[in-house]
Amino acid sequence: MLDFPRWKQIWLWLLTLTICAAALPSLSAVSGLAWSSVLPAPKINLGLDLAGGSHILLEADPAQVSRQRLESMEESVRGQLSKAEPKIRIGDISTKDGSLNFMVEDPAQLDAVRDQVLPLTTGAGLTGQRDWDIKMVDGSRIVMTPTPEGIALAVTQAMDTATEVVRKRIDALGTREPTIIRQGADRIVVQVPGLKDPAALKSLLGQTAKLEFKLVDGTASPTDIAQGIAPPGSEIVPFAAQQPGQAVSSIAVRRLGGIKGDALTNAQQSYEQQTNQPVVSITFDQQGGAKFAKLTTENVGKPFAIILDGKVLSAPNINEPIMGGSAQISGSFTVASANQLAIALRSGALPVDLKVVEERTVGPDLGADSIRKGMIAMLIGTTALMAFMLVTYGRFGVYTCSALILNTLMILGVMAVANTTLTLPGIAGFVLTIGAAVDANVLINERIREERARGRRVVQAVEVGYREARSAIFDGNITNIIAALLMFMFGSGPIKGFAVVLIIGIATSVFTAVTLTRMWVAGWLRRARPSELVL
Amino acid sequence: MKLLKLVPDNTNIRFLRWRVPFYVISLVLMAASLTLVLTRGLNLGVDFVGGQMIRVTFQNSASAPVGELRGTVGKLGYGDPIIQQFGKPNEISIRMKLPEGSDADAGLAAQMATKITAAIKQDHPDARIDGVDSVSGKVSGELFRTGMQALIAAMIAISIYIWVRFEWQFGVGALFSLLHDVTLTLGLFAATQMEFDLNIVAALLTLIGYSLNDTIVVYDRIRENLKKFRRMPLPELLDLSVNETLSRTIVTSLSMLITLFALLVLGPGVIFGFTAAITLGIFVGTYSSIYMAAPILIWLKVNSQSFVPTETTMDRQEKLARERG
Repeated sequence: MLDFPRWKQIWLWLLTLTICAAALPSLSAVSGLAWSSVLPAPKINLGLDLAGGSHILLEADPAQVSRQRLESMEESVRGQLSKAEPKIRIGDISTKDGSLNFMVEDPAQLDAVRDQVLPLTTGAGLTGQRDWDIKMVDGSRIVMTPTPEGIALAVTQAMDTATEVVRKRIDALGTREPTIIRQGADRIVVQVPGLKDPAALKSLLGQTAKLEFKLVDGTASPTDIAQGIAPPGSEIVPFAAQQPGQAVSSIAVRRLGGIKGDALTNAQQSYEQQTNQPVVSITFDQQGGAKFAKLTTENVGKPFAIILDGKVLSAPNINEPIMGGSAQISGSFTVASANQLAIALRSGALPVDLKVVEERTVGPDLGADSIRKGMIAMLIGTTALMAFMLVTYGRFGVYTCSALILNTLMILGVMAVANTTLTLPGIAGFVLTIGAAVDANVLINERIREERARGRRVVQAVEVGYREARSAIFDGNITNIIAALLMFMFGSGPIKGFAVVLIIGIATSVFTAVTLTRMWVAGWLRRARPSELVL
Repeated sequence: MKLLKLVPDNTNIRFLRWRVPFYVISLVLMAASLTLVLTRGLNLGVDFVGGQMIRVTFQNSASAPVGELRGTVGKLGYGDPIIQQFGKPNEISIRMKLPEGSDADAGLAAQMATKITAAIKQDHPDARIDGVDSVSGKVSGELFRTGMQALIAAMIAISIYIWVRFEWQFGVGALFSLLHDVTLTLGLFAATQMEFDLNIVAALLTLIGYSLNDTIVVYDRIRENLKKFRRMPLPELLDLSVNETLSRTIVTSLSMLITLFALLVLGPGVIFGFTAAITLGIFVGTYSSIYMAAPILIWLKVNSQSFVPTETTMDRQEKLARERG
């Protein structure tokens, strides 16, 4: 038990010092010494609650994806059937209850219609299901319902695109080292360290930037619009509020036949020449430009609405055909909001609305304050604890304190090598681990005291002390590990950081408090051969 | 050199003589805690009910204009804010729960935070936003559920471990003392209406681990003594075990308290509740490992047959020594 051959001692010291050395870069970085940059990485990452930064959880509404799929399927079906030979006439089309439901006027054509719309669906999932289920009902109607696999696939695709768009937008803000991760089926986690203005980031991420150009339906009467009744084939869209809380009027626009803003190659903030108002200049791609030219040529003199995320920005008259493929969007912007819209349009529209469902932002000053106070508490707490150990256990207290210091360094070292993150609760974890780490030594020292009191000789008392304390130390640490593991599994970012420190601390403290002190005590017993213990 | 001895050698305090009164007191306290939690309720933070909390420092003034802020924020139409000072008088937190029946709008909590921040910044250019937390109703529900799951899973997993390592009676004793610790801590949070958030759940998990550490040390000694002194009546044996480990219990608890007090007094205000919960847990946990975990073994009729007697060299020496002496 107390036998430590030379090779074992060398090996234990090498292991201890190597791990402690790994802590040096982090230590010097925290203490802010000038030469810290000389030391090589790895360093411990500081969590957002210490370094300052924003953690934002975005959530999409899967129902919205389904709704959009229904709408685009309606358009595809209409387009497909209008090209068919011989002519197929359909009517009474509806998208209620999550299915696309329409009547084929000539029942004899029902099978032909089915063959026409079948290519519009694709396979989904691994077991050969299709993304839409096509049924013929009552001998004259066709009902198309998205399958669960189809919806799941669509949501996955939408979230993949959304993640890309979010990444582009954050990159456009020029922040350093953002983390963007998909979470679950419908969430995205965004973590941005050291952000000056999280509000700007939030509003940028919250903007879907779905831009549409639709013709205004002039046939709708103002009273119908006020009551929300749209003429067939049209829909009511409200104007964007100039100020929050302001009452807004609405306008009726044609549902189909408009142009979508995803056909853009560029968007830039600029100024309207006459009024010097901030506007957003957009450039269509070739296809979009051609469509836009056709639309404006066919509808000269009529108003069309520029709709952003379901709100009308403006509804100017088409004075002349716009052939060049570029246009300006006006609508009471500030320079900042025009700039934001330009970024959002450049990075593409989000395929689905994202909402901020959780935000954790810590300002850099509060973070720095937390580190300072945490470090002070740790230093003073540790010093007081070491003094207590020294007056209680004398020589054995010196071993305990040495183990404590090495333990602290080793935790830092393991954290640096394992590339873990130190959070504010993690600092508390440090302080706690230090308090708990001495428990192993207390158990051993008390047991040695006891064995001496029972009349055992010094060497035997030490040996029995270390052996008999072992099972309690082991069981106690296992239960702590169980609690810490559950914290790690269930906890969020900062709590995970706390659990990490606890788990690493438990492992290193058993090593320093049991193995290392035993080596030191054994060495002393061999050298000094004491016949009496002051304990 | 004279060393500090907090507990004299060979104490023989008959702790378990008062086991019934202490059990009655503890059971009454547990019932009172439960009643408090159920009637008065916990002051759940935004983590668990949804809403927003921002931390603001007014850099150019000595103290924050609390009254005026109450008006400014109240006018936004989300209800009345809870404004609290944390740290210096010019550092405050503004907390606001989600209005009733607003579950449909997932982004509302974030909007509230944005609007409140904007309103404060407009009136006070020197206001520095130190932190924003906003949690939607759905996410807060998930956080509460996973937090409770973690707590219950930890208690059960640890008890099973004790059962495997010791005997079923010890597992029951451990589970009961954990329930005792958690219930009393929850009761204190209900009584003081300190904010109960995610950090507190982490604190509860931590104190479960450490409270059980104490229990295990006592149990370990009981097991050892059960093997050693087969004929000793159980109450006496438990008293012996508690007394033998008393010095360790006091020294370790004091060590924890030294570091925790440093953190409580000097540490960051953001984790005050967290540290306070663990500090309280150390007291409760030490008490429960003596008065809750040990006496239950008497009632559950633990005896030396509970452990298959395995005679080690140590035991044989021990026996020989006794026979000779």
